[in-house]
Amino acid sequence: MSRAPLSIPASVDALQDALGGERYVAERGLAVPIYLALRLRRPLFLEGEAGVGKTEVAKVLAAALKTTLIRLQCYEGLDVNQAVYEWNYPRQLLEIRMIEVAADLDRAAVTRELFTEAFLIKRPLLRAIEETRERAPVLLIDEIDRADEEFEGYLLEFLSDFQVTIPELGTIRAAEPPIVIVTSNRTREVHDALKRRCVYSWIPYPSFEKELRIVSSKVPGASERLARQVTAFVQELRTADLYKAAGISETLDWAAALVALDRDVIDADVVHETLGILLKNQEDIDSVRGERVSTILARALT
Amino acid sequence: MNLVPNLLLFGRVLRAAGVHVHRERMVDAIQATEWVGVKSRADLRATLCALLVHRHEDLPLFNEAFDLFFRAHGSSELDMPLFSLGERARVVTRRDAGAPHRLDVEEPESDADASAAFALGAYSTVEVSRTKDFADFTAAELEEARRLLLRLRWEPGIRRTRRWQRSLRGDIDMAALLRKNVMRGGELIELPRRVRREAPRPIVLLADVSGSMDRYSRMLLSFASGLTRSARHVESFVFATRLTRVSRYVAATGGHRVVSRMVRELHDWGGGTRIGEALRTFNTTWARRVMRHGPVVLIVSDGWDRGDPELLGRELARLRRRCSRLVWLNPLLGSASYEPLTRGMQAALGHIDDFMPAHNLKSIEDLARQLRHGNTQHL
Repeated sequence: MSRAPLSIPASVDALQDALGGERYVAERGLAVPIYLALRLRRPLFLEGEAGVGKTEVAKVLAAALKTTLIRLQCYEGLDVNQAVYEWNYPRQLLEIRMIEVAADLDRAAVTRELFTEAFLIKRPLLRAIEETRERAPVLLIDEIDRADEEFEGYLLEFLSDFQVTIPELGTIRAAEPPIVIVTSNRTREVHDALKRRCVYSWIPYPSFEKELRIVSSKVPGASERLARQVTAFVQELRTADLYKAAGISETLDWAAALVALDRDVIDADVVHETLGILLKNQEDIDSVRGERVSTILARALT
Repeated sequence: MNLVPNLLLFGRVLRAAGVHVHRERMVDAIQATEWVGVKSRADLRATLCALLVHRHEDLPLFNEAFDLFFRAHGSSELDMPLFSLGERARVVTRRDAGAPHRLDVEEPESDADASAAFALGAYSTVEVSRTKDFADFTAAELEEARRLLLRLRWEPGIRRTRRWQRSLRGDIDMAALLRKNVMRGGELIELPRRVRREAPRPIVLLADVSGSMDRYSRMLLSFASGLTRSARHVESFVFATRLTRVSRYVAATGGHRVVSRMVRELHDWGGGTRIGEALRTFNTTWARRVMRHGPVVLIVSDGWDRGDPELLGRELARLRRRCSRLVWLNPLLGSASYEPLTRGMQAALGHIDDFMPAHNLKSIEDLARQLRHGNTQHL
């Protein structure tokens, strides 16, 4: 198959423009690590609180580089069968029955036939290194902190040589290694051995200016005034002592909800009516409801 | 511009400051500065940070070192490090992620405080009474007890993980069944089975080090090191008016050296207690990171609380929902005349699974036994 290798932006500025073209606001602190990961061909390790846009980086990067995104969602107990490949046993059994009916059972030939690509179920890691790909994909390994140490160990091996050995088929090696993005919500410490291999970036909650730009570009229906008020309120809310702070996606959902309600400004009533979009924890909602909303609102709107 | 030697020097400064800089990343960093350029200080910072740091808690340290090293004054002053390796002392400190205080484990013990007394007793063969209250121990007895505690075996209950493993019993493993039998033309000859793997539950220790607990605190931190040694996942926190994570320090050393160091460094050691607020900090800041896999939570406190009992009750209830078992160890419970009448203890009683003494060796052994055999619940 003809290959068109990935073209990587020539500079940090070019990368910022490309990401901006996909309506993603990346400041230098994030654009530089992404650029370095691309140039050095190293995995990018993104850490930060839930809802700061880590997964989004992978999606946007794939779009900007005009390549596919392959996503592996991690969980405890994730194993090779789910992450790399599995033989399609039911289909193999059916095939055996069919051969039996045809009554030409040559054992050696059957085994050869049963273990071919047609019977292989390719999981994300294998798909990411397939030789038949036109160009290297972006491989998103999402929420690595949810996986257990066993899987982390396997991943370490995979990331160092980008090859998979299937006993029945042989070794499959990436012609061009994928762009790997690993994210972690930091619910546990990921092993240093893995992180050391990567370009590391901590994504904080966005500043007011950045979040305002995100709201304006993602919720075009919101007026300038509403976008400002929404952003200011969420920024203020994040400083309140809560179990779970609102992420960027909550801000965007809330802005969209207010647009749907035809609001141009926010007040205590509408905040109360829509608080469930910003805070997903009953104790948090209870603790903010009432006077505290007014206090936060007052501070946000000054 | 003489950048490469300076980058190498900066790498050494970071290492000296306690950041784990990988040699390969250093090579990458030199390459990367060529690509990104060094005209912008912000870009240089972002470049070096992305490659040389891989832990969130090292970020403040990195920024401090970067500011000192590449102090901006003028155009091309990058090749002028402002301090040489000899003057690095200011950054040779580590910060625990949650701790506002600087703790330094590696530094040798210099002053002759209580720990010197412990050291003297290190080789003694003091017979320690298992029922004598810790508060009445002599220094030599404390040392002996400490050693006994380090040897104590801890098995804090078992949880089923979500990872499967082969087994002789359990459910039939369909994938393995097919895999094994396809080769035999689809005849079912072997019946492989699988069960969920089991793993010990993590332990989270929250130890009160306020004034009223003074006689027990040191002993309890030894208890924490013993715990860290024998159970795999232990997270330790101490609190008085505020909460500090001490897991790394407790795990890093054998015990008492770090304890006496912590006593000096945590300025609220021996102060008043605000248990509710400490638990609130735990629930908001730490729970998400350390309360995985249904841990057993041990709170060690006498319940003398200057804070709001209602807050304490609320936060305990929340904590209870996220652990498999909530144990409150109260040294005062060892005394026959003690009744849990303090407001704090009253608020707590409704939310805890076990209320046990922790004033002498026997009570700690009982605890270990209880955790080994007692039923842990859900999660």
